[in-house]
Amino acid sequence: MIPADGSTVAADITTGRRRYHRGVPETTPPVTEQLIHARGLTKCFGSFTAVNGIDFDVAPGEAFGFLGPNGAGKTSTMRMIGTVSPVTSGELTVFGLDPAQHGARIRARLGVVPQADTLDSELSVLENLLTYGRYFDLSWAESRRRAKELLEFVQLSERSDDRVEPLSGGMKRRLVIARSLINEPSLLLLDEPTTGLDPQARHLVWDRLYRLKQRGVTLCLTTHYMDEAEQLCDRLVVMDQARIVAEGSPRQLIDRYVTREVLELRFRRADDETDDSSYLDGRLEGLAERIEQLPDRVLVYTEDGEAAAATAYERGLRPASVLVRRSSLEDVFLRLTGRSLVD
Amino acid sequence: MLTIRIAPPLALARPTRLVERNLLVYRRTFMVIFSGFFEPLFYLFSMGFGVGALIGNVPLADGSSVPYVVFVAPALLASSAMNGAIYETSNNFFFKLKYAKLYDAIIATPMSLNDIARGEVMWALLRGSLYAVGFLAVIVVLGLAGFRLVSSPLGLLAFPAAMVVGFGFAGAGLAATTFVRHWRDFDFMQLAIMPMFLFSGTFYPIDGYPPALQAFVQATPLYRGVHLIRALTTGTPDATLLIDLAYLVAMGLIGLAITSRRLGKLLQS
Repeated sequence: MIPADGSTVAADITTGRRRYHRGVPETTPPVTEQLIHARGLTKCFGSFTAVNGIDFDVAPGEAFGFLGPNGAGKTSTMRMIGTVSPVTSGELTVFGLDPAQHGARIRARLGVVPQADTLDSELSVLENLLTYGRYFDLSWAESRRRAKELLEFVQLSERSDDRVEPLSGGMKRRLVIARSLINEPSLLLLDEPTTGLDPQARHLVWDRLYRLKQRGVTLCLTTHYMDEAEQLCDRLVVMDQARIVAEGSPRQLIDRYVTREVLELRFRRADDETDDSSYLDGRLEGLAERIEQLPDRVLVYTEDGEAAAATAYERGLRPASVLVRRSSLEDVFLRLTGRSLVD
Repeated sequence: MLTIRIAPPLALARPTRLVERNLLVYRRTFMVIFSGFFEPLFYLFSMGFGVGALIGNVPLADGSSVPYVVFVAPALLASSAMNGAIYETSNNFFFKLKYAKLYDAIIATPMSLNDIARGEVMWALLRGSLYAVGFLAVIVVLGLAGFRLVSSPLGLLAFPAAMVVGFGFAGAGLAATTFVRHWRDFDFMQLAIMPMFLFSGTFYPIDGYPPALQAFVQATPLYRGVHLIRALTTGTPDATLLIDLAYLVAMGLIGLAITSRRLGKLLQS
């Protein structure tokens, strides 16, 4: 992912990571093409390496996603970008600034939606936003103005005087999103924004995030939902075991790592049948460039699912059900990160 | 053009945001705060007036002697400043740190770890000052009724002195709480607070102790606080008050520094 001529790296170094000294007021923001710039970014906890030398850039206005199974290093990466976790080694700039030097200035322009809702349970819905605005040096009046507007935006106006605790999971999530917007951030970090929400709540969150994107807010999110990545991300990286294993737009990744269509053949098998492959008896050989065999079904990655299904019938296979579908990011994900369960 | 800066510098403005937040929380449950107001009063009446009636006069460091209640009152003010600071920086701070995850949310804003530590100390001081004001108000009322508990105009300095005591204990309390892993660990904190309250020259002069024990007691923070405030209300100040002040201010500052560092370890892994 490092450009061959190294131009991006050089450009960002010249924007002066250390040119701005502590206490010197910023008059003009440093000129940089990338909002986030990482090279060889590494995070270790003791002997455990959570993030292992990753390279990526996030451009203004982009919706950028980290896709990966649990423990892939997504959250550690987000925390480093959010300046709440020190970088172990490698290079990282956010808004062209070094997180170690200018944490407060970076955070002033960031919105953060953490994985766990860290709402202030001792305050009401509205007060959560008001106090948060104050942490960003907003006046009470301005904080109140924005809070009301944001509650409208996330459809929580009627609950503004309620305590936080009785709110549903989806409402809490929306409140955290509203809170993250109180400083009108140009970059929004979202760590698994819709995990644990029901479908209605997820779609409402997606809709709001999409509107923010339309307004020019840069989104940087992690997810392990393929549909979320396909819905929201212009570009994404797939992370697995602390490394980036693929990068591109959802469509590019599908084109690169899987075929256009997937033929799923499901076989009804007796319970005592333990031998894995006997039911195929080699009859799918040569049918497609890649065939993945699972205990009760076979995935045939092919350009033409219907044709492959017909061939399978000709060769005497009688599956209990046949499904031809367009391949999705999920197929890419499973191809790249494997099927074994990660805990 | 002359511009007058009214807003406090950011070094104090940011911590104030945390004080505002705590005020919002306590706006609903402000009665809880009053509980700490009565404790020193109860001691004043039971020990100061009750037991004091049996004792008569007590000698001071400069050789003069005062009625027992005059001897005990400044010590109770120092103790209540300590208690106010410890209430707020132990259980309440621990709840916000470990359970409410308040600071996990705050560190995503421009607020720094220092701002958090300073803000909580300011809040503890604010709460402690309410107790000090309440206690002093009772002393004034008693004085008007003919029971003079303060025998010197220097007694006016008892309030700022109580703030210094509160600052020392608030800083130390926060720092100690960052090492707490479980609620039951607070029992150990009480194990330090309780003996200090009983044996640091609060209720009787420590002249009767063996020299080694005297030296030990003089090195405890509450002794310094009691010594400081008693010298002011009884009008017997000397140069050792500077030791008291230096001790308590240093305790608060070191506590703040440790708290910031520990918060970094706990929140920013």
